[in-house]
Amino acid sequence: MRRISLGTALIFAGLLAFIVAAIGADVFASNDPLRQSLLLRLRPPGTATATAYFPLGTDDLGRDLLARILYGARASLMVAALSVSVSLLVGVTLGLMAGWFGGWVSIVAMRAVDTMLSIPAILLAVLTVAVLGPGFFNLVLVLGLTRWPRYTRVAYAQTLQVAALPYVRAAEMAGCGPGRILLRHVLPNIAGPLMVVATSEFGLMILFEASLSFLGLGIQPPYPSWGSIMSAGRQYVVRAWWLTAFPGACLFGVVLCVNLFGDWLRDRVDPRSQGR
Amino acid sequence: MPELKSRLLQALIAIFGVLTIVFFIMRLSGDPTLLLVPDGATAEQIAALRHVLGFDRPLLVQYGAYLLDLARLDLGQSLVQHAPVAGIVAERIPYTMALAGGALLVALGVGLPAGLAMAVWRGTWLERALAGFVLAGQSLPTFWSGLLMILFFGVYLGWLPTSGSDDLASLVMPSVALGAITMSSFARMTRIAVLDELSRDYVAAGRARGLSYGAVILRHVLRNAAIPVVTIAALEVGNLLAGAVIVETVFAWPGIGQLAIQSIASRDFLVVQTIVLFVSMVYISMNLLADLAYGVIDPRIRRDR
Repeated sequence: MRRISLGTALIFAGLLAFIVAAIGADVFASNDPLRQSLLLRLRPPGTATATAYFPLGTDDLGRDLLARILYGARASLMVAALSVSVSLLVGVTLGLMAGWFGGWVSIVAMRAVDTMLSIPAILLAVLTVAVLGPGFFNLVLVLGLTRWPRYTRVAYAQTLQVAALPYVRAAEMAGCGPGRILLRHVLPNIAGPLMVVATSEFGLMILFEASLSFLGLGIQPPYPSWGSIMSAGRQYVVRAWWLTAFPGACLFGVVLCVNLFGDWLRDRVDPRSQGR
Repeated sequence: MPELKSRLLQALIAIFGVLTIVFFIMRLSGDPTLLLVPDGATAEQIAALRHVLGFDRPLLVQYGAYLLDLARLDLGQSLVQHAPVAGIVAERIPYTMALAGGALLVALGVGLPAGLAMAVWRGTWLERALAGFVLAGQSLPTFWSGLLMILFFGVYLGWLPTSGSDDLASLVMPSVALGAITMSSFARMTRIAVLDELSRDYVAAGRARGLSYGAVILRHVLRNAAIPVVTIAALEVGNLLAGAVIVETVFAWPGIGQLAIQSIASRDFLVVQTIVLFVSMVYISMNLLADLAYGVIDPRIRRDR
């Protein structure tokens, strides 16, 4: 076991904190994130009343900011995890098939990849969500079904390489069908690079969810998302800095940790890329 | 030139693919008429409009008509603003171009020197500090950095206007916010390109001839390292146009990004469609241009092909 440096430990701690906060949002939040109190609007961090304490202050409707940030972490984690799963499934299936069968399958798949990558992702998501209507389900669907091309590219290139190896030829001669070869013999060998792509996509999905919610196209009020909290806080940026500062800092921190984790993972998977 | 032909064909396929995807997305909701009518239209008005716009025809006929219209550069009429969509979008394009240009300037101006310094002073504290800076730029949500800048430079210090498009000063903060991510990719690319070049024999040869390290870098390394960086620059223009959607909303900058969001709110979907098509076309052309420029700048690639 290689020794883990302090920096790496910090990255893991950051990611762990994010996941624990998201899963245990209802345990850590002492107040209901949806409960409004018009008497307690825009209170600064550290406000205490006879019945409640607001460590990070309250928003424009008097809701507890800490509770909303915790539940926002949950929304963020769920959207990112689900949409990455959907796009991973679609992208890897296409890439494996394109790499194995070649011919017109690979031509169609790779041209589809080029086309999808020609429409800037955020605009594609904005257009699709606008047509379908915002909301959690549509958000996952749109992000999942528009972000598969990068997996397809990597899975395709890797499958081409692995398919030429002797052990795959041996499995083929032993009578394995394409499904078994691809899932049992090829996929485990190309999982490393795919995980590196999935990590960077995970960070992007967190950013996309926040961006779309900021634009009013993601998680809908009254449910909290880091993006929508900041969108509401934008009007009060002078009077209530905490509404933009805290959710933004969480978003920045989580994306930073995910990106650093991605770099660390890439160095482990592909030692040649060390320090690049 | 068979290479040029195949690249052009690829670009054409991508353009066709984008048009097709956008066509089907617009019909995902079932009835595109509902996307185009103003709020509060009656059932008869909707039915009449559906007929006028041809949405009661078979899907394939609609698709053919859509491609024909686009081939004639007819982007349709906005039913909300009662004006040609092309004009509405074209009016805003210069603003987004100015913003993207400013962001590119920031990204190149900071990213290239940072990447070069990271490669030349490899393994020093300077590299580590710059690496942290680059990483931060890459992870910063533009709407957050934008709001923080508004708060600090706009409200607290009062140096820069917080929104609007009155003068050049109001372009500064949006450009920095938008350019941060691109700056990071430039710095990373430049660092890798310069490191690749530094390990080549001509660097040692130059030093052996008595050239100083700085002179070798300025005269030879930079010229060679520029090749991959130029390619990235072309690709980043597309990303900047897309990122403008968010930055323009934060700073109330009247470009196509803000127009797209406003048009969604006012249910003017033909305008949104046009903006998506426009940005995608720019993206595909820049891609093509980058590939072709690669061959022109780097004679080795021309010969290899």
